[in-house]
Amino acid sequence: MTTALHAPALLPLALADGGGAGFLIVGLWVLLLAIFVGVELITKVPPTLHTPLMSGANAISGITLVGALYCAGSDYSLIVKILGFVAITMATVNVVGGFMVTDRMLGMFGPAKKPAKKQEKS
Amino acid sequence: MLSSESLIQAVYMAAALLFILGLKRLSGVRSARGGNRIAAFAMLLAVGATLVLLWGDIGLGIVIAGIVAGSAIGAVLAKRVPMTAMPELVALFNGLGGGASMFVAWAEVTRFTGSRPDGAVARTMGEGYLLESDLMGGSEFTVAAVLSLLIGAVTLSGSLIAYGKLAGSVRGNRFGPIGVRALNVAILLGCLALMWYGGYVATGGAAIQLATLAVVVVALILGVGLVVPIGGADMPVVISLLNSYSGLAACSTGFVLQNNLLIVAGSLVGASGLVLTRIMCKAMNRSLANVLFAGIDASVEEGDKEYKGVKATSAGELAMVLDAAQSVIFVPGYGLAVAQAQHKVQELATMLEARGCEVRYAIHPVAGRMPGHMNVLLAEANVPYEQLFELDQINGEFKNTDVVIVVGANDVCNPSAYEEKSAIAGMPVLDVWDARTAVVIKRSLSAGYAGIKNRLFEMDNTLMFFSDAKAALEETIAELKDL
Repeated sequence: MTTALHAPALLPLALADGGGAGFLIVGLWVLLLAIFVGVELITKVPPTLHTPLMSGANAISGITLVGALYCAGSDYSLIVKILGFVAITMATVNVVGGFMVTDRMLGMFGPAKKPAKKQEKS
Repeated sequence: MLSSESLIQAVYMAAALLFILGLKRLSGVRSARGGNRIAAFAMLLAVGATLVLLWGDIGLGIVIAGIVAGSAIGAVLAKRVPMTAMPELVALFNGLGGGASMFVAWAEVTRFTGSRPDGAVARTMGEGYLLESDLMGGSEFTVAAVLSLLIGAVTLSGSLIAYGKLAGSVRGNRFGPIGVRALNVAILLGCLALMWYGGYVATGGAAIQLATLAVVVVALILGVGLVVPIGGADMPVVISLLNSYSGLAACSTGFVLQNNLLIVAGSLVGASGLVLTRIMCKAMNRSLANVLFAGIDASVEEGDKEYKGVKATSAGELAMVLDAAQSVIFVPGYGLAVAQAQHKVQELATMLEARGCEVRYAIHPVAGRMPGHMNVLLAEANVPYEQLFELDQINGEFKNTDVVIVVGANDVCNPSAYEEKSAIAGMPVLDVWDARTAVVIKRSLSAGYAGIKNRLFEMDNTLMFFSDAKAALEETIAELKDL
């Protein structure tokens, strides 16, 4: 993060906007493959588990918390700090709440508890 | 620094792998809980490693305050919320996730275009980025940033409206002119224009930051306008779609920060939301565009809207019918969630099983307000999941069944779906009328979400039990005990 402040030396090349396409291409490859994996995985989830799947996936989308941490630099301006703080708080609610409520739901999906097979003659 | 950079990449790779493994384990009822914990562990790993990496550079006060406050709020909500309110909670968390992505992109744009310690000045968003990093081109950063703002903001405000609708605090299908389709299109075009202006035209920190703020505000209004017109029963589709958006927002934020972990995790969530959206649309035999923009057109319905020959029943009669039944299928719907009747259904089912009756449950994919809503409620009431059957599995079974009890469901068992002239023509429905007796527990003859007549209610073998689902089941249980 703070070590990247060496950039001015690269400016002439980079400003031409042709020099730094590296991450974009790699990122798009990652995107493509991850979506494919996601579709393959999710298609196999039975309807019984769709609600926990959704809330669990939702918690995973809180990964943006990792990104939010990069916005919380101590030497940033006040506005950036406020925006970073809001992002961290929102993402943490999403992550902590999401995983906990999914766990709570899945805890209820027990196997059959051998119910009602008592011989009760009516 | 190189070594710690490689180390963090290794941790991110491990976390991405664990997310995939966790999702894979979510596909089995027995392994699902473990899968969720693996994903949670992966998150902890990624966040922990990032904190260690950035330790000396971040404002610890902000980070600790944010994480403590967020954890406390999240934990309290997760523990306290009743299972019947799960759709609202998922919508809320979803919105917060999308909102966080929006704020990250906003913070990055503000940081890159603000005043710098070295005195360098950025004229455009892209230039500001290039002063800091050279991993991508400036215009690529710009596209990723404005997309994050747009998707994140739409997810945030759209989810909050969905939350309000599900909790019953937002009613109606527009706020003044907000929600009118033509206006939505205009707002979207305006937002795209602002994104272009902020990204490529605006020069100087102040102008860029003002344009960014404008993009956020307009995109928030767009999110409201897109979700407000959508009816309650189409919520399974909307929640799935917003779930997908929150993933895509994280994904585009991954491009903003050049972080592969965000891209992987975001894509997984985006894909999951899209798959669920498709399943929900198929279950209603409607296209996504139709759900989002059109709504159901009840005017194609022909014939008399009045009901004739409806047979009302009572708890006493239902108890007698059930006393003689060898097989019973329950068909739960949103009314079950509203009445919180899941425990009473389970109680009645247990009594019937004790009498040697076979009990099963038929779950329509769009029953309730989110995918799998009914399954969660019945699981809460300790109904074994082996007794829950999907539409395809159980539709052939109704003809061999003595009694079907429809609890607070309507359109998912409407025979009109088999008629060409129906508003819901072609929607897969549960053929409950094939059973010897179909009992419908419903408060009145009022129409379901489709706003159309349900001929099931006037069939010869249908008994209507006009009551709140919970009260009806309680009375029936009492009567059955007395028999």
